[in-house]
Amino acid sequence: MNDRVLVVGHGPAAHRLVHRLRALGHTGPLTVLGRPGTHHGLATAVLTGALPPDAADLPAHPAGTAEVHHVRAVRIDRARHAVHADDGTVHRYDTLVLATGARPRRPGPHLGGDVRALRAPARSAVGDGPVAVLGSGPYAVEAALALRRTGRDTVLVHPGERLLDGLLDPDAADLLAVRLAAAGVDLRPGRTAVEHLPGTLVLDDGEALPADTLLFDTGLRPTTDLARAAGLAVHRAVTVDALLRTSDPAVHALGDCADAPGDGWEQAEALARLLTGATPRLRPGPVTRLPAADTLAIGTPGDGDQQLTLRDPARGRYAALGLRGERIVSASIVGLPRAVAAVTQLHDRDLPVPADRLALLLGTPAALPGAAEPGPDTVVCHCATVTRRTLATAWHAGACDPAALTAATRAGSGCGGCAGELRALCQAFAREDPAAPGTGAVPAARTRPRTEQPV
Amino acid sequence: MTVSAAEPQVATHCPYCALQCGTRLTGARGAVQVRPDADFPVNRGGLCQKGWTAPALLDVRDRLRTPLVRGADGDLHPTDWDTALDTVAAGLRRIRADHGPDAVGVFGGGGLTNEKAYQLGKFARLALGTSQIDYNGRFCMSSAAAAGIAAFGLDRGLPFPVTDLGRAETVLLAGANPAETMPPLMRHLERARLIVVDPRRTRTAERAAVHLQPAPGTDLALALGLLHLAVVEGRTDTGYLRTRTTGFTEAWQRAAAWTPDRVERLTGVPVAEQREAVRLLADADRAYVLTGRGAEQQSKGSDTVAAFINLALALGLPGREGSGYGCLTGQGNGQGGREHGQKADQLPGYRSITDPAARAHVAGVWGVAPEELPGPGRSAYELLDALGRDVKALLVFGSNPAVSAPRAGHVTDRLAALDLLVVADFVPSETARMADVVLPVTQWAEEEGTLTNLEGRVLRRRRLLAPPAGVRGDLDVLHGLAVRLGRRADHFPTVPETVFEELRRASRGGAADYSGIDYARLDAGEALHWPCPEPGHPGTPRLFLDRFAHPDGRARLAAVDHRDAAELPDGQRPLYATTGRVLAHYQSGAQTRRIPELAAAAPEPFVEVHPDTAARAGLGDGDLADVSSARGTVRARVRLTGSVRTDTVFLPFHFPGDGRANLITNPALDPRSRMPEFKVSAVRIAPAEPA
Repeated sequence: MNDRVLVVGHGPAAHRLVHRLRALGHTGPLTVLGRPGTHHGLATAVLTGALPPDAADLPAHPAGTAEVHHVRAVRIDRARHAVHADDGTVHRYDTLVLATGARPRRPGPHLGGDVRALRAPARSAVGDGPVAVLGSGPYAVEAALALRRTGRDTVLVHPGERLLDGLLDPDAADLLAVRLAAAGVDLRPGRTAVEHLPGTLVLDDGEALPADTLLFDTGLRPTTDLARAAGLAVHRAVTVDALLRTSDPAVHALGDCADAPGDGWEQAEALARLLTGATPRLRPGPVTRLPAADTLAIGTPGDGDQQLTLRDPARGRYAALGLRGERIVSASIVGLPRAVAAVTQLHDRDLPVPADRLALLLGTPAALPGAAEPGPDTVVCHCATVTRRTLATAWHAGACDPAALTAATRAGSGCGGCAGELRALCQAFAREDPAAPGTGAVPAARTRPRTEQPV
Repeated sequence: MTVSAAEPQVATHCPYCALQCGTRLTGARGAVQVRPDADFPVNRGGLCQKGWTAPALLDVRDRLRTPLVRGADGDLHPTDWDTALDTVAAGLRRIRADHGPDAVGVFGGGGLTNEKAYQLGKFARLALGTSQIDYNGRFCMSSAAAAGIAAFGLDRGLPFPVTDLGRAETVLLAGANPAETMPPLMRHLERARLIVVDPRRTRTAERAAVHLQPAPGTDLALALGLLHLAVVEGRTDTGYLRTRTTGFTEAWQRAAAWTPDRVERLTGVPVAEQREAVRLLADADRAYVLTGRGAEQQSKGSDTVAAFINLALALGLPGREGSGYGCLTGQGNGQGGREHGQKADQLPGYRSITDPAARAHVAGVWGVAPEELPGPGRSAYELLDALGRDVKALLVFGSNPAVSAPRAGHVTDRLAALDLLVVADFVPSETARMADVVLPVTQWAEEEGTLTNLEGRVLRRRRLLAPPAGVRGDLDVLHGLAVRLGRRADHFPTVPETVFEELRRASRGGAADYSGIDYARLDAGEALHWPCPEPGHPGTPRLFLDRFAHPDGRARLAAVDHRDAAELPDGQRPLYATTGRVLAHYQSGAQTRRIPELAAAAPEPFVEVHPDTAARAGLGDGDLADVSSARGTVRARVRLTGSVRTDTVFLPFHFPGDGRANLITNPALDPRSRMPEFKVSAVRIAPAEPA
């Protein structure tokens, strides 16, 4: 709790880590090298014009939280537990956290004009003209939907046959494509972009699509130079273990520069817990969620020893769950927002699936075994605890309209929510017993006996 | 019904919740009849089962009718008033001499009339000279009060009349279940599309257009997410934010991280439903955001309410006729009770006890030097936790903390460790049964006074019956003790109207200014909402229409972020437990459990459990279960509920003994409001162990 923690990089994962370290009671010095970046999750909102660019900026930390230096780290001296910055300063640490991020991988050299990476800070909105999006992953799909919903002509181009290939099962991916098409997004599966000229995108089959702006998400290149130069194990990204430790136990890495499951936000939470002595909660990955498309992908499609599938193509709904025992190990869900939410939570917290699986997928209350049908002892008015039986008795005693029933039984005198039911009951009683006094001219009873107890 | 001319009758209000439904009482003792007042705008002729059966409360079988003093044999024995009051005064003098004035504590209640609450605060500060006074309202709406004062500069539960809700198009209810806790309020919500935020599918949620069902303790993140969506979808009222508020940028910087996806993952509320809720609120010309105990009774309750207020402000709702933010106050005088000085940090008129000008004003009214007034004391749970340690004696008025306080087993131990426990009540509550001296006092239909309902309207409580022989009013009790403690008799009057006249002066110039209100105006039928600063002033039904109560006239958005509940489910205790109310009972149930019709409607503690969770624990519907947290175990009957989350159980808190839901609740306190975390505990459930 009193260690000197030094964080290199200041994107959302680093920013969250600082916030959570202090919230969880870290009392030692906390230093960050780097200017605060932007919220990754808001890039699309800036591109569509929903947010001004500065609304996506990460805020300054409250006074006293951390020492922030707007410098770039240039060298790690692991032997001396120190990091050298480009302004010549040296920053010592007990624990070092690398959060150096990643840079977007550009799709090709021939793409000119207004071309922007989706997974990079957005500095302005795109124009109102047509937009082409390159990519088949969650960022590309969500951006295409968001742009289309703001009225822009949008085309989504991807080289593979399906969206979220390998994440969603084929049926789910096909349904996702149907959803996108229904929302008005033009789809070009199996195609690559060859050339972007002002206003036009040329595909590999020669088709020319109108596109003032080209947005792409064709992968990330983790920024690992510092780690590599310091002799830390690096493959595609900085290698870390389940506790986000690099090959040097004094050095951790998180966010886009690290080869770790989950997103930077979750990793920041786990690392903050670890560094403050709490139990880290690292979720099993990978989980891909497309909230704008009511879509969820967990694990490898088909994984599990028991498969559960709901197919409702006419209403655009599909869910496939793979279970191992009672645990969810894979999921492909499209068009079932409640199932997306519930299945994610069950998976995140490693909870068993409910016995009523249909209720889980449809988001309805679980059926109760042996739940009673409405009968004479069903309470109609909960504010006064009045049963159907009591109401029937009062009706037969002459309380033949809702007002008279209320006067006789107090039903309907509280929240007023059963007014409709009282009306319906009066009609039902009359149908059941057309000769009864309630249908005739007998005046209604105005009071009920004080001694009467609710049934 | 026919009423003979000779039969007494009065217009008064129901003894229970903050709606204070208007009622007409007729008849003599033993035959009192109640009917709802069709002309009173809050209930418009409605009344719930509690109100209908309230006359039975006047003559419950074990009504306290004589003072009781615990004898050498350990039992409570009847005695006369002089002996009882002498015993209390002697004990208080001795403890004060041995341990100083702060060794005596006072615990009040949100059901006490304004006059009693005011006099209790004055009695504590002057006659006892103690700073150690707080009340059960701390457990009620203190988080909303803290957030409301920070946002608007003033806390009045509803800053508009209840009837304004009747024209609303959309109302968001955050952690409120009025269909069960204050049913007649629902009559004002018939037109509106409701957005209900509640982990349970309550009767209110069943009526909702959108039911957002977050995991317990995550509604702060949900509120941040709704603000996030309102901003990203361009639905905020930017002109209003610019001219009537400050702090939007800082609030947004916190909410910016709470993307709908992240909020869904934490709360379990689908993105599509978050979006629909924001759409319904933003598209309405007339919309309200209302909070209840669900949002407030958490260790981050004031931040949770602040986040909902941020949402309301971003949409431009507060301070506009036909729209707004409000808190649904719970207890009968939960509003007035928080304004007149029975709160640890407060003086009458909703003044701060640390403000030198406020101290000087109140000291002047009381005829003492400002230095004689003690400073702020402990909050309710902290006071109860200190019993038997620093605090050796406790006077309890209108409260039953042995059932209603969090970590009730511990609180009961602390109560038992006191040198002197004095309880004034009209029934032998669980706390009264532990007392060294029990003082039998009047109840609603036996006394005069005023209460202030959830909309800040001051109402007259009127007396139908003379109290039973041997029963005295709370003001008489305070008078008798004050005189015995050497205070001037005329400083502690016993006539409610006289006390109210003094309260008017004490409140003058304060936030809750009653100085223009008197019994004559109220009795003439005037509808007076505070502030009412002059005798001819019409009162203030709607606050903030021109400006908020901060010096610059602007409302403040709060830079709040989500944080976890103090305790989360884990392998040992894998479930959330949350607590709440049922329609048939009020608060600790000390009153309503004694009424046969209500006891029949809700006879015993139960626990709502999802059928899967019950099956896994080896429990079926109707089985007795033990629900255990790190603090204790509550025993309750299983009620299978298909609509509850599989990770959540619900317990009502109205029951005594080993059925006290508060045996498991967490006294982790909100740093600002000192509200305990009643709504989130980590528990496990198992079949009840044989006794």
